[in-house]
Amino acid sequence: MAKEQRIKLSVNGRTYEKNVSVRQSLADFIREELNLTGTHLGCEHGVCGACTVLLNGRSARSCLTLAVQADGAEIVTVEGLGAADGTLHPLQDAFHRNFALQCGYCTPGFLITALELLRQNPNPSEEEVREALSGNLCRCTGYQAIVDAVLSMAGKPLA
Amino acid sequence: MKPVSFDYCAPQTLDEALDALGKGGPSASILAGGQSLMPMLNMRVARPALLVDINRIGSLARLAPAPDCLSVGALVRHADLLANAEIRRGWPLLAEATSMIGHPAIRNRGTVCGSVAHADPAAEHPGVLLAMDATVVIASASRRRELPAREFFVAMLTTALERGEMIVELRYPRLPAGTGTGYVEVARRHGAFAIAGVAAALTMRDGVCQSARISVVGVNDTAFRAEAAEAALRAKNLGAAEGARAFAAAAREVAAVVNPIDDVHASSSYRRHLAGVLTQRALEKALARAGGN
Ligand SMILES: Cc1cc2nc3c(=O)[nH]c(=O)nc-3n(C[C@H](O)[C@H](O)[C@H](O)COP(=O)(O)OP(=O)(O)OC[C@H]3O[C@@H](n4cnc5c(N)ncnc54)[C@H](O)[C@@H]3O)c2cc1C
Ligand code: FES
Ligand code: FES
Repeated sequence: MAKEQRIKLSVNGRTYEKNVSVRQSLADFIREELNLTGTHLGCEHGVCGACTVLLNGRSARSCLTLAVQADGAEIVTVEGLGAADGTLHPLQDAFHRNFALQCGYCTPGFLITALELLRQNPNPSEEEVREALSGNLCRCTGYQAIVDAVLSMAGKPLA
Repeated sequence: MKPVSFDYCAPQTLDEALDALGKGGPSASILAGGQSLMPMLNMRVARPALLVDINRIGSLARLAPAPDCLSVGALVRHADLLANAEIRRGWPLLAEATSMIGHPAIRNRGTVCGSVAHADPAAEHPGVLLAMDATVVIASASRRRELPAREFFVAMLTTALERGEMIVELRYPRLPAGTGTGYVEVARRHGAFAIAGVAAALTMRDGVCQSARISVVGVNDTAFRAEAAEAALRAKNLGAAEGARAFAAAAREVAAVVNPIDDVHASSSYRRHLAGVLTQRALEKALARAGGN
């Protein structure tokens, strides 16, 4: 039972194999070992949602997941949404058009959470959008523009 | 906000996990969904020497609705219950309460058994477990035992689990025909822990209450069954006027036995008031859903 373990996982379609300390969070691993700093840490106890990533297709708090637990998993972070040439994902474009971000700190978590919602429910009601986003905190926008951005994607293709 | 150093193992079988838990002694902890334990580790409120991660034990993900009983294994997530149409139909109280837990990312990871083991006084699952007279199946490396829900919750965050033991399964009986259920709570916002919540089930025949079950969360140091309020409803005709009177009496019984705390979310007297009002609302919902019985 070592304090270090070797893990192999896919992040945004690319495979990585690294030694990790077993107490390192998936969030710190993504930010510090992979230099993917789009995943933000607001609270480190599950409350703010800024660190939300997709873990095997489902949203998860990367601050509440250990990196070792992601051994063998497929992770998608905000960097995995847009195209390699910098073209925004349609959902990112909707955030842009609707002024759904100001400082941008919360945005990666909102995008991942909204993406999961729209994949499960392509035509959500406003109430469903608000419920799905209830675990993500934004200190700037007042939420309305974020809700509008997600609603503007109703029925539209996600890729 | 980083955990203290610990050892970690992720066994593939239940036997290996129980063995590791037994050998780890008092400083070993099960890691299930991590949605309560990881915050405590990050804040260093919990400092286990060993984490036994059960997430790789496929057999524990068993979720099996059967004619008389629903089995929920230790790796069944809140979201798994909500995604299952048979559970929404056959165990509507469980589904309704689960929909109020946290947010999508929390429900994707957090487990039902983890919530019961954690025994937060404001959590939904302990209330449902009690209201349904469910059974907690417990195992350690040396033995297996079953406890009725009513013997499981001891005090705030404290259960009847002994050293080296874990919950392997919860069994929720199917409630009798003619039963309607309702779960209601008041929280600061959707997904926050309840300030107070009430689960109710009424079994009706020809407008007369055959049995009533009421459990309350968020107001005492554990979830509890409001037995005096249940007794006040038994054998009562619950027609329009009589029903309203009987429900008001049940609400008074509940308000009389709660001993709520004062904190930043709500005062003690507000929680007491809520416990009564929510009892009435949960009973009204349950009665409406008991339908033509
Ligand atoms: C932002 C946020 C909001 C939340 N909102 C709510 C809410 O509204 N309502 C609510 O009820 N909960 C809420 N939760 C908590 C969530 O429901 C957790 O999933 C649950 O409390 C614990 O389950 P877990 O599987 O995550 O357990 P873990 O965090 O892995 O473990 C919790 C504790 O239980 C022990 N344990 C876990 N599984 C077992 C087992 N099978 N046998 C014995 N011991 C075990 C662990 O050792 C640990 O001590 C919230 C959490 C967060 C982060
Ligand atoms: S940093 Fe993970 S939820 Fe706030
Ligand atoms: S845009 Fe600043 S926190 Fe949301």
